[in-house]
Amino acid sequence: MVNLLTMLLVFVFSFVIGYLLISKVPSLLHTPLMSMTNALSAITILGAVLIFSLETNLKENIIGFVALGMAAFNVVGGFVITDRMLKLFKKDNQNLTG
Amino acid sequence: MIWYNLLLDLVIILILILGIYLFRYPKPARTGNIINAFALFAAFALVLWRHDIFHLDIIVIAILAGSLVGTMVALRVNAVQIPAMIAFQHGAGGIAAFLVSFIELYRLNVYHNELIGQISGILGLIIGAATFSGSMIASGKLANKINQRPTILPHHSTVLLGLAILVISIGLAALWMNNPIRVYLLLVLIFLSILLGVVFAIRIGGADMPVLISLLNATAGLAGAFCGIIIQNRLLIACGATVAASGSILTHIMCVAMNRSLPKVLIGQAKKLSKETISKEDRLMPDVQKHTKPKTPPADPYASATDLLKKAKKVVIIPGYGMALAQAQFIVTQMSQLLEQKGVDVKFAIHPVAGRMPGHMNVLLAEANVNYDKLVEMDIINSDFPHTDVALIIGSCDVVNPAAIQQEGTPISGMPILMALEARSVIVCNLDDKPGYSGVENPLYKMDKTIMLLGDAKTTLEKLLKGMQD
Repeated sequence: MVNLLTMLLVFVFSFVIGYLLISKVPSLLHTPLMSMTNALSAITILGAVLIFSLETNLKENIIGFVALGMAAFNVVGGFVITDRMLKLFKKDNQNLTG
Repeated sequence: MIWYNLLLDLVIILILILGIYLFRYPKPARTGNIINAFALFAAFALVLWRHDIFHLDIIVIAILAGSLVGTMVALRVNAVQIPAMIAFQHGAGGIAAFLVSFIELYRLNVYHNELIGQISGILGLIIGAATFSGSMIASGKLANKINQRPTILPHHSTVLLGLAILVISIGLAALWMNNPIRVYLLLVLIFLSILLGVVFAIRIGGADMPVLISLLNATAGLAGAFCGIIIQNRLLIACGATVAASGSILTHIMCVAMNRSLPKVLIGQAKKLSKETISKEDRLMPDVQKHTKPKTPPADPYASATDLLKKAKKVVIIPGYGMALAQAQFIVTQMSQLLEQKGVDVKFAIHPVAGRMPGHMNVLLAEANVNYDKLVEMDIINSDFPHTDVALIIGSCDVVNPAAIQQEGTPISGMPILMALEARSVIVCNLDDKPGYSGVENPLYKMDKTIMLLGDAKTTLEKLLKGMQD
């Protein structure tokens, strides 16, 4: 029960902190924000690794493989694309004649 | 529980919070993104350190393959494709979430788990699977691979409700069953949830996509959080909940910016004008139309438009999704640079729901080399319009439609708009003069001060630009 309570606390705490912080993000950065949080949501990759914390059979291996691959795609792709986007945001650039 | 385990988790959560905190300004945001990537990596390393993991070979290959494909795709997409790409990634996250939940639920008779854990697992499975299929539909629509218009099945709401009830009942049944029946129930549950996601997402389309993609962002996070409860991992819960919060905020902002409630967007209400509203509209006769009809277009609209731009001291450019479709953002930049060289004050007016996802226009214009201090939010720029010489509209319709504030009973009534109608003159570079996604005629097009340059925005702007240089 104690464990469950911690879980619930963590959920509520994170939701509230996240809510407070994210409502301060300007609309200018909403696309990168969504892209970054999208990468964060693939933290299920931890769960996918934990599939292999017990002895696995073939079916579980396949499912685990797919889950890991998808989560890795989401996590890495998400951070890379966010970085690319944020790199685009420029201010008072000297050389603009394009 | 060992105290330093808790401490390590807390440290990682604090790093994540710092990363998100840095998203207040564009420059630090980049650092924030890298910090968050690091935090996730640390969380991953922590799991490997805490648990004995079998089959490291499978894990390494899967992660390498996923990362490689993810990086390659992420390096190739351009700003127009970003919404489709992000929707696709939501889907990939959804798959991972429901697969993990499935394995954990199936193993429950191997090790003990509390009821709350099981319920979370079922929820993670349902939400994950529905997020997956919903995101695939969204991604297909955004990439223009499937019809962007809403697809409405016969008795759509009833089908959706029926599916939802079925999913909940089977989910409840799965809680009380043991293997092997449980596995079958879970498989059926996955199938039905996928179906639910499809039926849910196909009804949303076009200009409502920003709401859908934000909502999927929230559900992807939620699925992760539920997944975290069943495997009892605090970091998963924390991240999932943060993402859920972020997605909820964006969903809310998008709905407010369209003055529509979430249920209305989701069940696609008021897409077509009823007979009553049309007759009401006729009676109302908005101000703008009084002194406009009949309007004779200028003999050479391009010449007059060029003339206006040449004389202008302040120009506000209003981009919409049409600009992205026509790939006109680069020529728009050239236009703004040319004007600035002539000493004109140029700003871009960004409506919150312009484009196909929250903030889409900003990324498109940033890619086209527009400085972000020129991108101005609706609330701030609106007071500028009365002393703006030219409002240059490029591929946007509903977000400048005065009907939203002057007429009642239309699908966009009450939606805050960019007040282009207050500018001294308006130049519209749209593909046609048909109504936007909302289906509401735009009276702005008929005003005396409006010049319509119809056709592909890129070609139109090229012509204008040439005229300016002569």
